[in-house]
Amino acid sequence: MSDLFEKYEGKLPKKVLVELKEATKGLKSPEVKKTLERVYGEFVANKAVPGEAVGIIAAQSIGEPGTQMTMRTFHYAGVAELAVPQGLPRFIEIVDLRKEPSMPVMEIYLTDSIRKDEEKVIAFAERLENVPLSDIATVEEDFAKKRITITFNEMRLNEHGLTVEDAIKKIEKAVRRKAKEKKDNNLVFEPGFNTLRSLRKFVDRIHETKLCGVKGIRKAVVLQEHDGSGWYIKTDGSNLAAVLKMAEVEPSRVYTNHIREIEDVLGIEAARNAVLIEAKAVLDGQGLKVNPRHVMLVADVMCYDGQVRPIGRQGVSGSKSSVFARAAFEETVKHLHAASIKGQKDMLTGITENIIIGQTIPVGTGLVKLGMKQGK
Amino acid sequence: MMGKPQVTKKVKCVEFGILSPDIARKMSQIRVVTPDTYDEDGYPIEGGLMDLHLGVIDPGLRCKACGGRMATCPGHFGHIELVRPVIHVGYVKMIYTLLKTTCRSCGRLLLTPEKLEQYRTLLMEAESTEEEEDQSLEIIEKSKKASECPHCKAKQSQIKLIKPTTFYEKEQRLLPSDIRRRMELIADDDLKLMGVDADNARPEWCILTALPVPPVTTRPSITLETGERSEDDLTHKLVDILRINQRLRDNISAGAPQLIIEDLWDLLQYHVTTYFNNEVSGIPPARHRSGRPLKTLAQRLKGKEGRFRYNLSGKRVNFSARTVISPDPNLSINEVGVPYEIAEELTVPEAVTEWNLDYLKKFAETDKYPKANYVIKPDGRRKKVTEINRADVLEELAPGYTVERQLMDGDIVLFNRQPSLHRISMMCHRVKVLPGKTFRLHPAVCKPYNADFDGDEMNLHVPQTEEARAEALSLMLVQDQVISPRFGAPIIKGDEDIITGGYLMTQRNVKFSKNDAERILMKAGITDIPEPDLPDNQYSGKLLFSQCLPKRLSIEYKAEVCRKCPECKKEKCEYDAYVKIKSGRIITGVMDKVGFQGTLLNDITRKFGTDESRRFIDQSTALVLAALMDRGFTVSLADMEIPKDAQTEIAAVLKDAKEQTNAFIRKYHAGELKRIPGKTLEGTLEDNIMAILGKARYNAGNIAAKYLGIDNSSMIMSRVGARGSLLNVTQMSAVVGQQAVRGGRILRGYKSKTLPHFKEGEIGMEARGFVNSSFYDGLTPIEYFFHAMGGREGLVDKGIRTAKSGYMQRKLINALQDLVLRSDGTVRDASDTVVQFTYGEDGADPMKCHGDDSVKLREESYIEERREEEGSEGEEEVEYETGEEDMGFD
Repeated sequence: MSDLFEKYEGKLPKKVLVELKEATKGLKSPEVKKTLERVYGEFVANKAVPGEAVGIIAAQSIGEPGTQMTMRTFHYAGVAELAVPQGLPRFIEIVDLRKEPSMPVMEIYLTDSIRKDEEKVIAFAERLENVPLSDIATVEEDFAKKRITITFNEMRLNEHGLTVEDAIKKIEKAVRRKAKEKKDNNLVFEPGFNTLRSLRKFVDRIHETKLCGVKGIRKAVVLQEHDGSGWYIKTDGSNLAAVLKMAEVEPSRVYTNHIREIEDVLGIEAARNAVLIEAKAVLDGQGLKVNPRHVMLVADVMCYDGQVRPIGRQGVSGSKSSVFARAAFEETVKHLHAASIKGQKDMLTGITENIIIGQTIPVGTGLVKLGMKQGK
Repeated sequence: MMGKPQVTKKVKCVEFGILSPDIARKMSQIRVVTPDTYDEDGYPIEGGLMDLHLGVIDPGLRCKACGGRMATCPGHFGHIELVRPVIHVGYVKMIYTLLKTTCRSCGRLLLTPEKLEQYRTLLMEAESTEEEEDQSLEIIEKSKKASECPHCKAKQSQIKLIKPTTFYEKEQRLLPSDIRRRMELIADDDLKLMGVDADNARPEWCILTALPVPPVTTRPSITLETGERSEDDLTHKLVDILRINQRLRDNISAGAPQLIIEDLWDLLQYHVTTYFNNEVSGIPPARHRSGRPLKTLAQRLKGKEGRFRYNLSGKRVNFSARTVISPDPNLSINEVGVPYEIAEELTVPEAVTEWNLDYLKKFAETDKYPKANYVIKPDGRRKKVTEINRADVLEELAPGYTVERQLMDGDIVLFNRQPSLHRISMMCHRVKVLPGKTFRLHPAVCKPYNADFDGDEMNLHVPQTEEARAEALSLMLVQDQVISPRFGAPIIKGDEDIITGGYLMTQRNVKFSKNDAERILMKAGITDIPEPDLPDNQYSGKLLFSQCLPKRLSIEYKAEVCRKCPECKKEKCEYDAYVKIKSGRIITGVMDKVGFQGTLLNDITRKFGTDESRRFIDQSTALVLAALMDRGFTVSLADMEIPKDAQTEIAAVLKDAKEQTNAFIRKYHAGELKRIPGKTLEGTLEDNIMAILGKARYNAGNIAAKYLGIDNSSMIMSRVGARGSLLNVTQMSAVVGQQAVRGGRILRGYKSKTLPHFKEGEIGMEARGFVNSSFYDGLTPIEYFFHAMGGREGLVDKGIRTAKSGYMQRKLINALQDLVLRSDGTVRDASDTVVQFTYGEDGADPMKCHGDDSVKLREESYIEERREEEGSEGEEEVEYETGEEDMGFD
């Protein structure tokens, strides 16, 4: 029986094989053989034909429903701050590959020992939050005496698992100055600036000093897992590298919507999958049916170079080999000048180039080349 | 054409470079000296910008360079000798880097000989152009920093660029002539290291000494009605250049002071700069007398209306027509109705052979409709067939000729509607010449074109070669596009009235007399009349509809009208929602949205091929509409009316909602409202109120629906999925409901209130845009205003969205257009780089896929699918009216 399936290993998609194995359980081997033959026959018949302009079809399949996408942002129930853009704006963000998504969000799942205990998860979430000093202490500035007094709120300090000593150390390190006085939960700085402006700047820096948590994570919310088996954390802000290193975190289930970060931390394959997942999620969220193969191609185009590049003049379109193709897209004059300096050659292998020259495009029937001997 | 070799020349590659002054002079026909264009008689002045050596734009004149006339002379270049060299703006950046990276006195690259050698080998080893570019950038960065030349030990002073074209060396002005001298010193090998191709682009060529003058044909002057000549912007600019050039020459020969000469030189530089690009930052654009900025060379090329995008990437064509469209369900989906007037004008070329000579002669003989408009002789000359030469044409017609006959029934054409967002925006149809002045199309093909008939226009193209026709027919024919390549399910499908008709016809107790049945079947072109299945020689609607189903079709699925009961009674469903078709015969169930648009059509296409799906769509449309027209189907004002009882019930619901809202508001003011975590108190209140009001409208809608009954036309349409939803019915009959701006209740307006009619700080339901009336009752002025606010937002939103998604699609298309599936199963781009080793990871064609799956493994999966869909409908969400319906025409 299994050798029957072996024959089709690599010929049929894995998913189909698994499903077939399940479905043909209890069938006799000639029946299984017949089934496999039929499925393989249909699979081969359903293959795309060489010469198919798969790129254009993919682009159209994603671009066409773009007009039907909404522009609203989605608010997570109970967490007003997490306003994640959906629909068209988010999709544009994905293909443009913004340095930082307008709303970076992480989903952090914890190891089995913690995730079932809501209290522990909440405690961990609090440790994640990147707390600025102004949240835990009051800062008073006396501009006349050029003195700054920081008064810690011990309760809030404890909430985040900090001691006064820790806090003081961190502040001193951040402002690169020793404190003038330290009294229980009071801290006094006399930085010795002469101008008011530099003093103000100094105060701002104190305010902004992050005392604990993971850099970049502004807020962490605890939510119940879908199957109700435990709790997980959703964050505003993303820092994949730091979160992955934490012992409490189950690394295989951490997720972020920050594609560039995924590329930096996990590499190009992961980034490609991230593009695919994020793009598909937007389309599904809008109730638009698009074959994942199209989205896949977009993800692959963004990644086949070994690094994630945006769609558009900063990325894929701007780094094409053809001068004409680049000039016809955007920044016409710039590309023409650059090409002339470098003495570039356009080999006319793409679509736009050949349309510009007025020749048959190398797609579909135009891809087939025939050699012909001229008659006598 | 016959007998001649059919091989055409092909452009293999295009090389870019900078024009050297030598070549510019060599390709020049004449040196242009005078800034004047025409003399008093309107004749081009010798040595002027309109000189006859540069080509002709006036009929009757002959080109002095090639002797050609307006139609044959392509135009020729001339040149202007610039008295003083001038920098080309486009290359300022390169000149700047070259000045900084090379020695100020000996012109060598500022790197030690060892380093140079090292970089040379590195550059040789570079594998990709990108690597080379990075390498060059590094070289440039390194050499910029040198303060002393490693070759001649000269001190290197700082060079500054004052944009756009002025260079300084230590406060000392570097004149273009000095720069040119320095550029000449740079060795070819050093240039190569910096990524400059010295063979095609010597840097000194960027400092212009001889300026090419483009042919007059590229800058034709227009003669206005008054007889005045209006010159092209480029000519204006060239006149400016010539004038200043002349003045500069005069001043130099008169021995004017250096200061004056430099001023004029700068002016010449300004004019040459704006001649190339009139949008350079740092200098004011050159303007026309009217104040409009001139459109010079760069402006001609760039942007949407520039040469590249307007003329090169998109080209105008002949043999096309455009007119308004209207529907005709009697056509096949493969057909397009073409007005006589258009069919008479468009032609199809047919090559004359000895076998079709007689057939084609018939076209040349008559002057009535299908006639030959033109005849093309073997030498390629086109001749119009007229009354006078008809006899001659007939006489000489022989193999080797081509007859251009008028468009006829069955001809292959392409039909298109903009915006052409996907490939099914342009499909192949067969012509059906019809009276009337509009293009006619089958209502089922509206979907792919996204067309309606409120004034839409569409384009028609007639392919002119056999290859084009063959390709159109085998790749683009409508029936082959039934399944969308986007999601692998039907996109060409019956809609609206077809669904309504199908439902009404296939309901359980619908009977047709033999007479009616035969007439209806005849309309659908079905001549095979079955035996009556009901007593008294009567037919059930189910039987009649079954006649357009394929005989071998057996399928079971749940219809749109399915109420999703916890336990399905299958065949005994009281709503007749369980469709069971056995051997092409409907046993139970009604035909509605699922039948016409999903399951049924999908199954027919996959199992029996596209011919069968075309037949099904054609016949079912005609059949169903014939039956529907017999029955009659209207929606009128009376259909919106609900009885007094219902109105009281609805009023009670709304009153209850109001009380609940007020209760929440009171709680809010009293500070008793419990905050939803993560939200502000106001946000919590809004959430609660919105939930109440959403629910109120929903309940009101259900009350209205209850009183309207299941036979109400609007209700039927919404239930079977033909048009509209329960929400639309609700708004018409019961209550319009909350108007939304930015996804919430209306908040802005005056200080602390939305309109002057309310108290400050009032947040009750009416004060925040709740419309209590129904469209039937009519809106109060205040409600009307809120409704308009919501409507306006919808319109604005729609506009922004189309613009944004349009640009995104342009970017996507541009990035992906070169990707083609090759014969080895890989997807590669234009430079043969592999993007995917197997297309879509399994090589399956999305158009042949069943949804997302490459192979359909389970026969009954439809029923499961529907079950899943039902399950995934998700949480209840309050829906707002966004006013996104089509308003106005087109």
